[in-house]
Amino acid sequence: MPVTDTSQGPVWRLRNRRETLKRWFGWLLGIAIFLWCWARISEATTWFFVWDAPRIAGDILDRATPPRWSYMDNLWVPIWDTLNIATLGTIGALILAVPTAFLAARNTTPSRLFIRPIALLIIVATRSINSLIWALLLIAIIGPGVFAGIIAIAIRSIGFCAKLLYEAIEEIDHSQVEAITATGASRWQVMVYGIVPQIMPAFAGIAVFRWDINIRESTVLGLVGAGGIGLQLQASLNTLAWPQVSLILLVILAAVVISEWVSAKVRGAII
Amino acid sequence: MLRLDALTKTYKTGDKALKAVTLDVPPGQVIALIGPSGAGKSTLIRCINRLVEPTSGTVMLEDMDLTGLRPAALRRERRRMGMIFQEYALVERLTVMENVLSGRLGYVGFWRALTRRFPQKDVDEAFRLLDRVGLLHMVDKRADQLSGGQRQRVGICRALIQDPALLLVDEPTASLDPKTSRQIMRLICELCAERGLAAIINIHDVALAQRFVARVIGLRFGEIVYDGAPDGLTPEKLTEIYGEEDWEATIEKVDEEETVEAAE
Repeated sequence: MPVTDTSQGPVWRLRNRRETLKRWFGWLLGIAIFLWCWARISEATTWFFVWDAPRIAGDILDRATPPRWSYMDNLWVPIWDTLNIATLGTIGALILAVPTAFLAARNTTPSRLFIRPIALLIIVATRSINSLIWALLLIAIIGPGVFAGIIAIAIRSIGFCAKLLYEAIEEIDHSQVEAITATGASRWQVMVYGIVPQIMPAFAGIAVFRWDINIRESTVLGLVGAGGIGLQLQASLNTLAWPQVSLILLVILAAVVISEWVSAKVRGAII
Repeated sequence: MLRLDALTKTYKTGDKALKAVTLDVPPGQVIALIGPSGAGKSTLIRCINRLVEPTSGTVMLEDMDLTGLRPAALRRERRRMGMIFQEYALVERLTVMENVLSGRLGYVGFWRALTRRFPQKDVDEAFRLLDRVGLLHMVDKRADQLSGGQRQRVGICRALIQDPALLLVDEPTASLDPKTSRQIMRLICELCAERGLAAIINIHDVALAQRFVARVIGLRFGEIVYDGAPDGLTPEKLTEIYGEEDWEATIEKVDEEETVEAAE
């Protein structure tokens, strides 16, 4: 009770004495746990390597500069592959995510009891596994290369896109749907006129946002052999070719910056 | 032409929204449905085109019992009932033309609807209707760029392009200013007269109802408590419909407004 009665009338404080003590104790406990964890980590760390870290980092930086610009000739094809993996993977994901979202949304699913849980399971299952792990699995199934990367990105993105899209579907204005229904329109016509226009901005935003994320994800897929610039990165790391590594990192940075710029432009244009 | 017989709606929560409502609407008659919020006015008109499924009773549109229809037949009958909504319920991101033409969805196939290739006579009719309500210059505007009164006019066009026999109108003026409210009510009543349409208009504004329609139905707790001419709405009757209130003041105010209107 923040209000206490005194002889001078009621007094208001944010917290009473007991709550204040409780909060102090909470903080004390939190700090104690932090210090204990710190001690444990400290015991398990080989501090020699940590003290050594700045020198090693400086050494690698020294070897990595200047980037080996001539290596760029070997990178045009891989970076193009990476962009294709991201783009085609996103398109594939959207094609599969749209029906999943309609099946998962409470107001459009044909059956809340059977179909909706299945759609939600698809969303959770595809979201919970990282694209690198999908790529490892798919390489075992369909062999290494760009195609495995595209499928990995597509599967990984279904859940993300479907989840955001079905939330958008659930938030539509029902009266517009009612109005289209009242004209005698069929189920599919209601979908095209009453629902789709309302979720278009969300759809465009989700598509571009996911494409943006997928460009970043597809740059590392090559590490496990699923095509793209990651393959060159791994090869260069294995041979300790630091000038090539630095060039690859610069190329990835440029690709990500460009994709961010494109997605910001597209989102601005649509919404 | 429209006959409701012992129409009852009980919601899952147990609320009895309509209790055996029986009502006969002759062709071409415009009816105002008044009553306090929660009296079941919206439920009543939604039960007619089955946006809300009635619990029991029958709805006869001419010789067709709407309550037993299967989905395909129901959609065919819905084409004969145009509906106008309180918050306009236009598809905000479509153009005025697309919104008007959406009234023809019951008549065209899916692909034509998807690709917006409506028959030329539908498009001609849409232009005619937009001209009639004074929005011809707005054809290509998106619905969300329109003012409230303009949106409701588009809503009226969408209902009329269905070529309906009956209009179901749910609080057409509730979101509009007093002047626009009158214009919209006048427009709806004029168009009904021009086309010989019957209409059921839910309305909160008793004065507005009295001005424009020939028959008023009072609904309270899902039951009809008044059915008659607008000038029969005495303070006693209004008290029966809405509950105790100083109705003399309301009625005097109506007269004042009318003199103001006449002076304009």
